[in-house]
Amino acid sequence: MPAGAVIEFHNISKRFGGVAAVTDLSFTVEPGRVTGFLGPNGAGKTTSLRILLGLVAASSGTATFGGVRYRDLPHPLATVGAALEAASFHPGRSARDHLAVYTIAAGLSRTRVLEVLTQVGLAAHAAQRVGGYSLGMRQRLGLAYALLGDPGVLVLDEPINGLDPEGIRWIRGFLRDMAAEGRTVLVSSHLLSEVQQSVDDVVIIARGQLVHLGPLSSLDTDAAPQTIVDSPDRDALAAALTAAGITFSIGRTGLLAATPDPGLLGHLAFTAGVELSVLHRQKAGLEDSFLALVGGSQSL
Amino acid sequence: MILFVRSVAAEFAKIFTTRLWWILAIVLFCYIGLLAGGLAALFAGLQTGVISPDAVNTGGGAITFGTLPPLIYSFASSVGYVFPVLLGALASTGEFRHQTLTPTFLATPRRGVVLGAKTVTLILIGAGFGLVALAASVGIGGGVLSAFGVDALLQGSETWLLVARTLLAMGLWAAIGVGLGVLVPNQVASIVIVLAFTQFVEPLLRLAASFLEVTATIGNFLPGAASDALVGASIFTVASPAGAAPLDWWQGGLVLLGYALVATVIGYAVSWKKDVT
Repeated sequence: MPAGAVIEFHNISKRFGGVAAVTDLSFTVEPGRVTGFLGPNGAGKTTSLRILLGLVAASSGTATFGGVRYRDLPHPLATVGAALEAASFHPGRSARDHLAVYTIAAGLSRTRVLEVLTQVGLAAHAAQRVGGYSLGMRQRLGLAYALLGDPGVLVLDEPINGLDPEGIRWIRGFLRDMAAEGRTVLVSSHLLSEVQQSVDDVVIIARGQLVHLGPLSSLDTDAAPQTIVDSPDRDALAAALTAAGITFSIGRTGLLAATPDPGLLGHLAFTAGVELSVLHRQKAGLEDSFLALVGGSQSL
Repeated sequence: MILFVRSVAAEFAKIFTTRLWWILAIVLFCYIGLLAGGLAALFAGLQTGVISPDAVNTGGGAITFGTLPPLIYSFASSVGYVFPVLLGALASTGEFRHQTLTPTFLATPRRGVVLGAKTVTLILIGAGFGLVALAASVGIGGGVLSAFGVDALLQGSETWLLVARTLLAMGLWAAIGVGLGVLVPNQVASIVIVLAFTQFVEPLLRLAASFLEVTATIGNFLPGAASDALVGASIFTVASPAGAAPLDWWQGGLVLLGYALVATVIGYAVSWKKDVT
């Protein structure tokens, strides 16, 4: 059983030319849990992961696995399995040969090739050239590469992108299983809803900076509650709200009134003689907390 | 050391798990076979009088080419060298183009080891291309010479020295290709440079340089000229006016090695060790 190591980002910063991609990022990722690394596109997730894996040099700071930088790991593929973007293949090489090249480079057993292809459900396509693979199959092949060395740490960048519903259900179970075995699992996504069912902890970044860190439940706040209210005579309802000084916006299912108290609205409608068809409080969901943290709906 | 051996084995696997190598090898064999066979027939025919000199030479007089076999055999490198360069350049630019640097550097984070292993691998496979090219130039060219009654000199140690030096030259050319590929990682640009330089720019430069003693000395250091010096014979040295004496074979080899090293070391600094994004 491979031991999961703690991933540590320590004051990581990266500038590309004059542009700051990541600024002073620090967090740790614990073994035995699935950690979601979240943020909108362009927030710096991929850059951070590439720094962690030694593919991109940080401008300052260190990122380590159990205190060791990736490039100093004595057996990198047997310690850390990483799947980055879904296009790192020579299109003319078969999946089997693609994986074989890297088992040779890492000194792993060649039997691992078929084992991991079976594990990700690609055994039947092992001899097929990768150029003919669908996006979902490429994602699975990327995952197979990450699993080659049976590593204790998994670093997966947007692994759910391009998977079909069956594939999404499969990978959710897969992530849970990996963590249950004691591995460290860090998985990035730009959509909280994509990983919400699998992650224990979340690390949220926006514009290259850490904005939130904690268990998934820490996102379950009630920061901006609204009440949805509607009436067959919407104009009369709007007039009553305006008269009472309650601001509102017009939503798909009715008026979104800026008050947490449905009783107040019910009372207003009653005294104004307006019939109500809808009246319920809208709780801010995890996704709303997430969006609020990363600065609204920009680039999502 | 074990890391380097593994990396070399992985680089071999990379080459032999795609189709490019044998496509290039087949084209190389056919191209050199056709050229060596055809010109062996022409030159041997002229030399033995089977073909009348008047058919090609209006100036009259006998035509002699010195010793024909080395000239014919050297087509393997003097014309075929572009193939190992292409294979080498495609091997290194392909890593950038297909983003396979990511899995490669994840498996072997020591990037210098990977580049060194790639160079060693391509030198060996380039020498393999040398074998293919020699099979065509000696096999077909030599066969045609024998058919015309010209001694193919297959017993002579000179011929086998030429064979050995051709293998070395072809290996070094592949290393130059790897170096060019890391120097110019854009695959299309790299291929255009290889073809334009080997097929057009360098032959013109060599011809132009050969007219003056001073420039001829400089021209000897052009990679193609150095390669011909290493191999010891070439259609180019026969075709040019008499200029400065060519380099010794070992000097030619060192010049080729120098080109490969300079390109690879600069390429390492400007592309190979940069961020993989």
